[in-house]
This record gives sequence, structure tokens and C-alpha cells, in this order.
Amino acid sequence: MMATDGMNGLLVILLMSVVTLVTRFGGVWVMSIVPINPRFESFINTMSGSVLIAILVPVAVEGDTAARLALLATACVMLVMRKPMPAIAAGIAVAAGWRYLV
Amino acid sequence: MTTSVLAMPGLTLASIGKGFWRLLPLSLFVVVFGLAYGLAAVQTGLSPVQIVFMSFAVFAGTSQFAALELWGTQISLLPLLITTFAINARMLLMGASLYPWLKQVPTTQRYGSLLLMSDANWAMTLNDCQQGKPNLGMLVGGGLAIWVTWMVGTLLGMTFGNLIANPARFGLDMVMGCFMLSMVLGGRKSLRMVLAWFVAALTGWLAYVYLPENSHVVAGALGGGLVGLFWLEKKPAQQSEAANT
Repeated sequence: MMATDGMNGLLVILLMSVVTLVTRFGGVWVMSIVPINPRFESFINTMSGSVLIAILVPVAVEGDTAARLALLATACVMLVMRKPMPAIAAGIAVAAGWRYLV
Repeated sequence: MTTSVLAMPGLTLASIGKGFWRLLPLSLFVVVFGLAYGLAAVQTGLSPVQIVFMSFAVFAGTSQFAALELWGTQISLLPLLITTFAINARMLLMGASLYPWLKQVPTTQRYGSLLLMSDANWAMTLNDCQQGKPNLGMLVGGGLAIWVTWMVGTLLGMTFGNLIANPARFGLDMVMGCFMLSMVLGGRKSLRMVLAWFVAALTGWLAYVYLPENSHVVAGALGGGLVGLFWLEKKPAQQSEAANT
């Protein structure tokens, strides 16, 4: 565990940016030594969406009804329209609407 | 091999400018996402300097939202860094896909331009390269356009975030969750992908209930990744050919 106030928080963010930099540089750097293996590529491909799903698990399991309906609305609009902006707007509107009415 | 990899000209100011103006109209959407991040970061309790520094230095929206989800007065560093890596690991593949062209330019230009690599400017650069019009200015100029609009959005969101007293009333506490869900569902969907998400949700949930705090993210990432490790997608040989040239 690490504190996130002031300079400590900035240090945490700095470390995040170093990790991100590794991902920006890493692909080209590795390719200059050895071509990327298809199995590794497949692992990365399925992993990146899975992280986001895992982050959402507590929101979906422990959130209130408004939160769950918001995720549902975002999912539906996204699957139909394939555009993030309307999907996010729909989610927020549903959460706000539910909390206003109930 | 000589297939389709045309010479990549070096960087010029003119080509950077062209890339910038080409991506700027599209980048205006980035302002809205930056705004959402700024808003969410204020709600989470980050200081203004921290909020701006994260957009400035990390410059990778989805992982920034994820960091907010894990943020508290204390934070477990390792889960945060693994999460950041897992979310941004797709940039490893993005960079690798540009390698046949990037290897032709001097090292400083190669890695300097990668500093600004983001989804949209990468996609346009790769497209240009595959069309036989390789142009590093697209990556750099386009990246600058995204970076500038991301910063503007962050500052706007931070300002508005301080003005809204009860964000949950307006559903604004769901900005992060809805953003992340839309990013997942916007990707390519196949049975393999859906199975990975299902395994990720299941392992994530089990870890959330039975394992220490915040391990659910890493558990879900590994669970979903395992599906990819053992279920390889069949794809045309053309991609790997470009990689070998």
C-alpha cells in the first residue's frame, strides 16, 4: 500500500506513466530482436478487454439498480449503434433518470 | 521479402502539421472523453496537479479511468501497475505492427514518435503505410492533436467537476463504468472474445469475493488472457508476412 496525497500520488502516477511508456516502446523494441509470437499476440488481445470486464465486476455486483441499469443501457446502445459517445450518454441518462424517479 | 513495405520518409515539420490538421476534427471527440476523465478524477479526490499530470504523462485514457477505480487515500501499487500494463498492452501490438516502417527511420525519430502513439493516430498511420503512403508525420502530428485535445478536455472536466456538488444525482458517477464498458464492446466480437470476457468476469468475481482487495482486476485479466493463450484466432498469412519483411 502507498499513500496518494500530494507528492506520493504524483510518484504513483509517474510509475504508471513509466509502465505505459514500456508498452508504447516495447512492441517496436521486441520486434527489433525477435518477431512477436502469435500465441503471445492472442494472449494480449483477449487480455486487454478482460481487464476492463474485471474492473466492472464490483460495479455490476454491488452497485445500486441505477448503476446496473446504466451499464445495461450502455451495452445495448453500444451493440446497436457501435458508437461510444451515445452509449455513454445513454448510461448516464438512465442512472440520472432512475435516481430522479425512484 | 519485398512485399508492400515502401520507404518511410523522415519527419518534416510540414508532414507533422498535415497529420495534426487531419486528425484534429476527429480529436474533438477526445475533448469529451477528457472532460469525463477530469470530472471523474475530481469525484475520486485527486488533486488538480495530480489530475493534470496523469493526462500529461500517462496519456492513455482507459488506463487512467481504471486507475481512478482503484484510487483511494491509500493504493496498492502492484495491482495498479499490473492493471495499467494489462490495459495498455495492446500498444505493444500496435507498435509492433508499425515496425516494418519504423525500423527505417533513425532511433530518435522511431521512439520519439512512439511517445505520442494512441489508438486513432496509430490506426491512420498503419492504414497509410499499408496503402503505400508511409508517413511518420501522421503518427506525430495526429498524436499531438489527440494529446492537446485530451489536455483541454481534462482541464474543462476538472473545472466543471468542482462546480457539481452531487454528481451521482446526475448519473455522473457512472461515467467511468459506462466508458469502460463501451470500450470493451467496441472491440472485435467473436465467440473467442466473448468466452474470454465470461472467464474474466467469473475469475474476477471469485477473486473479488475470496482474495485480497483489488486482486480481482489481475485475476480477471489473467483469466481472460488464458483463453487467448490456448485459443488462437485463425487469420490470413498476410499479417505475419508484413511482420517478417
